[in-house]
Amino acid sequence: MTFIDAFIQGVLLGGLYALFATGLSLVFGIMRLVNLAHGDLIILGAFIILTLMTVTGLHPMPVVLVAAPIMFVLGWLLQTYLLNRVLGSDLLRPLLVTFGLSIILQNGLLEVYSADSQRLAAGPIEVSSLSIGPITVGVLPVLTFLSAILVILALNWIFFHTRLGRAFRATSDDPVTASLMGIAPKRMFAMATGLAMVVITIAALYLGMRANFDPSVGPARLLYAFEAVIIGGLGSFWGTLAGGVIIGVAQTMGAAINPEWQILAGHIVFLIVLMVRPRGLFPKVK
Amino acid sequence: MRLIAFAIVVLALAALPFYGSRSNIQDVFFLLSMLTLAQFWNLLAGYAGLISVGQQAFVGIGAYTLFSSSILLGIDPLAAIVMAGVLAGLLAIPMATIAFRLEGAYFAIGTWVLAEILRLSVSQIRAVGGGTGTSLPRNVLADMAGVQAVADFLDIRASAARDVLTYWIMLGIAVATIALMVFVLRRREGLALAALRDDPEAAETVGVSTRVLKYFVYIVSAIGTGLTGAIIYLQKGRVSPDAAFNVVDWTAAVIFIVVIGGIGTIEGPIIGILIFFFLQSYLADFGTYYLIVLGGTAIAVMLLAPRGVWGILADRGVASVFLTRRIYSGPKDTRSQ
Repeated sequence: MTFIDAFIQGVLLGGLYALFATGLSLVFGIMRLVNLAHGDLIILGAFIILTLMTVTGLHPMPVVLVAAPIMFVLGWLLQTYLLNRVLGSDLLRPLLVTFGLSIILQNGLLEVYSADSQRLAAGPIEVSSLSIGPITVGVLPVLTFLSAILVILALNWIFFHTRLGRAFRATSDDPVTASLMGIAPKRMFAMATGLAMVVITIAALYLGMRANFDPSVGPARLLYAFEAVIIGGLGSFWGTLAGGVIIGVAQTMGAAINPEWQILAGHIVFLIVLMVRPRGLFPKVK
Repeated sequence: MRLIAFAIVVLALAALPFYGSRSNIQDVFFLLSMLTLAQFWNLLAGYAGLISVGQQAFVGIGAYTLFSSSILLGIDPLAAIVMAGVLAGLLAIPMATIAFRLEGAYFAIGTWVLAEILRLSVSQIRAVGGGTGTSLPRNVLADMAGVQAVADFLDIRASAARDVLTYWIMLGIAVATIALMVFVLRRREGLALAALRDDPEAAETVGVSTRVLKYFVYIVSAIGTGLTGAIIYLQKGRVSPDAAFNVVDWTAAVIFIVVIGGIGTIEGPIIGILIFFFLQSYLADFGTYYLIVLGGTAIAVMLLAPRGVWGILADRGVASVFLTRRIYSGPKDTRSQ
């Protein structure tokens, strides 16, 4: 019974990890950029939501409607003025610039908000639960999982049913040819990073309502996101969701055996998948 | 001439215990340890194109090998340093096999995951203090080989003599590291490494076995980083998983040093360490700002001068100190004129 319960909690936790991972997957898919500051941007999002909550006195959910556009603009600026300059055949430059950004964000947040643990107070929803037969699940984890599915549906719709999505796919396939067709790849990259930042804001909302956060916890979120993307196989958002669920289940099952093994169990399952299926479980891009 | 200048610098550093204070010795010890870590990261990333953000794994392995073998097995710390290097090298083999399944940027994050797995695993080992870590017992430090001889020789107390001894060992390893780099880079293998750095595919077509070379570089770097980790924590006398496997201290700072100084050169990390020292001494009072400035400087270098400070100097005609640059001396190509 404990294990069935742990399994279900793990699947729902996977929704949160899929939200972490979708932004990473989106940016990599379009511009082959791996953003080492991804986890710290999630934490930045959580602090922006927290600040807006303090200023307006509102619940975190409506506040996201303001935080998301702010994050979109930050992402657009970041891509236009920094990341676009370092994209190219040299792998080192984007990696180092985003790694530097990660350190700057962590320490900048530390200076502004101190090392204290914070939480996005969400009121009664934090503790309310649903009973489905013998199983009890929290409303918040279910909402997280449903949001992950909604985000993926929305992204797939944008990718396959809008002009913007077609431009994204064209840029991803071949930026040079795309630019001959009147698409400006660098503008597409800026849009993509902006969009990824909106997904990051949603991830930050659920992270902050679920658990405590402080400026130092970003890199661990990057690692979970990365593991979900690799397990899922590059190029498919649904694969990323599956990857997130696998990491989530591994962590809760590990924790059911010994609470100290939670994080370790997730990393070890990732290693096993990497050894058995190096290109992930659902590879799409060649 | 260059060799004489280099020898004078090394001798001046070796003689530091005769004219410097104990805090001078500790400062220079720290810089030499960072320089050694930087040289090995540079070998990985600057020459073999293996951008690792998980070198803290080997600092941690080195530190914990030293602590566990001297506390649990009663091995002398000096012998344990050697064991630390050996174990780091051995562990690097399966780690490379896993990490090499990932390419480029994914390799980078993969190495980070491996380091995290080691950190979390070591935190589970009660015999070395679990998550809170442990200290080297007084008797281990007091009985350490060579401390008494140094204390008698310099006429200082045993605790100060231990600092001097670890300092001399660190200096020896730092000099040996630079000598190893110069030696390797001036041989055929160095040419193969430079080819790998400049164009892996072209290197493969002219007969460079990139896979073997990458394993070699990864393992050598692991050994060097493990040795350095062991000495750093012998000097500190206290270890914890979060400190020994810390990505900011042992990898981020090291990467910034190499990038600012100039990646892919031996001189670069040396220049980088001087800038690092300067920033640290002037910004030490501002807490985390020094990391922000260091990270910001590294980003600026990547944007404006990707070859770093040494690259700028080399363009201005400053000749290579260690003579590892290969300058084309064949017949002139007249077609381009």
